[in-house]
Amino acid sequence: MRVLILCEHDGKGIRLGSRSAVAFANAVEEQTRGSVECLLLGHSLATVAQDAAAYAPVLVADHPALANPVADRYAKVITDLVKERGFDLVVAAATTFAKDILPRAAGVLGGAMASEVIGHEFREGRLCFRRPLFAGAVVATVALHGKPQIVTVRPSAYAPASARAEYSAITNVTIDEASLPKKTEFEALQSKLSNRPDVTEARIVISGGRAIKNSEDFERLVGGLADKLHAATGSSRALVDAGITPNAFQVGQTGKVVAPELYIALGISGAVQHLAGMKNSKTIVAINSDPEAPIFEVADYCLVGDVYEIVPQWIAGLNGK
Amino acid sequence: MKILVPIKRVPDTDQKIQVKPDGSGIVTDGLPFVINPFDAIAVEEALRIRERSTDAAEVLAVSVGTEACKAQLRTALAMGADNATLILCDAPLDPWNVACVLKAFAQRYQPDLILMGKQGVDDDHGQTGQMLAALLDWPQATFASKTEFITGGLRVTRETDAGLEIVRVSLPAVVTADLRLNEPRYASMTSIMKARKKTIERITMADLGVNIEPRVEVLGLEAVPSRRKTVRVGSLDELLVKLRDEEKVL
Repeated sequence: MRVLILCEHDGKGIRLGSRSAVAFANAVEEQTRGSVECLLLGHSLATVAQDAAAYAPVLVADHPALANPVADRYAKVITDLVKERGFDLVVAAATTFAKDILPRAAGVLGGAMASEVIGHEFREGRLCFRRPLFAGAVVATVALHGKPQIVTVRPSAYAPASARAEYSAITNVTIDEASLPKKTEFEALQSKLSNRPDVTEARIVISGGRAIKNSEDFERLVGGLADKLHAATGSSRALVDAGITPNAFQVGQTGKVVAPELYIALGISGAVQHLAGMKNSKTIVAINSDPEAPIFEVADYCLVGDVYEIVPQWIAGLNGK
Repeated sequence: MKILVPIKRVPDTDQKIQVKPDGSGIVTDGLPFVINPFDAIAVEEALRIRERSTDAAEVLAVSVGTEACKAQLRTALAMGADNATLILCDAPLDPWNVACVLKAFAQRYQPDLILMGKQGVDDDHGQTGQMLAALLDWPQATFASKTEFITGGLRVTRETDAGLEIVRVSLPAVVTADLRLNEPRYASMTSIMKARKKTIERITMADLGVNIEPRVEVLGLEAVPSRRKTVRVGSLDELLVKLRDEEKVL
């Protein structure tokens, strides 16, 4: 199969999640003896292209009109490339970036798409995907009809690809500005407030739930412990609903899906929608004052207690070192 | 101003989902169904736009599926939607199929805006709005947490991993609702009673001239078991010893 990876970048290098998409693409290519190429979209991409070339040959769509990720423009560039060069499979990490753009590209190309893929296999020569449904309570095995097939993969399901021994070629894609859609204008990005690691990329994630009463307490308890442990902060939907944490913090079915080495749930009761976002973490710790909280059924270590008492003790203990 | 709000019927999110022993589907006997929560947010946003609007505005709720979907359309009517249409279809539908049906319906109804949930909480595909926008060649604004009308279009705040993005789209457009767009209202008993008397228009796939051609073939489902130690520890010190010495994660 000819595989195209839509890589997400921060202007300097490709995101860790995109390296997981590369790993998925490499695994498919190994079994089908095809090819794998990375695609970068944006503007002033020389540094990013160098970084991406460590993983696979790179196609670069570099143009001022592509400076910001606007779905209709990006989808246009992707679908033109897929049609011209005959890609069989288009893949990206399942982030808000790809979730916005790839279904639109799939709509143009014929609709064969699987979201949030967590595994794949070949059945009678047919590529099949495993993907979660119902907040992760159920896993479906699906096959896609039509070509190209488009998938987003959960980074937590595929270990990031390592750099190859040699750099691959970088090829520029010509962009015809006149052909790009102009019905959407990018106005602004209000960047993230946090200087902490990204919740999907951190080794340790600490999340707060309903027991946390306000933003100051969240910053002091969840944030305070996170800073001591070099961890990322997340939250349950309850805190997003209450305006205590931004949407970008939400771990769960409709927010971020994380699988760190250690997940610490502070005052989170454990609705199934939240569990969907974190249950694949390697070790799960739950601290909650309610001994009957459902989170205790999915945690490895359960401590019954008030986070307002326990977390300051924990932070104080770390201060002493 | 005409606003179209597609609605999906999904199992109540508080319910435990069970897979049939042969993996062919989920057990639906006795399972309560609701409007997909994100679609309820889209209905609410459409109602607020109508309430703010100085021109005449109409909110039409539409669902694609069996007669059972009428219950969710009635909920939308009880919330305040002006009209509701059921596009009858017995076949299982993937996002592509729904997008194709909605495209045909939108071409007939000609809305200025399509507002819908960012994902169905049953299949978790998160594709239909974007596919629909692509098929109509309309602009899209996904994961919206704020909408404002401006000259010539709509300004939308979008919740992304990178932070809040603000985009301007011309109309007609497709907007998909995220959690923080609003809090859907509860329908009063009076409005629920009134909604019962309203007519739900029914049309068929043949009326729209659409054939279902599946793109996603489900080969089987399986339940996901939990594999956890669930060790209860008595104190913070005990917890830290476990994390340090046994798990080696601290």
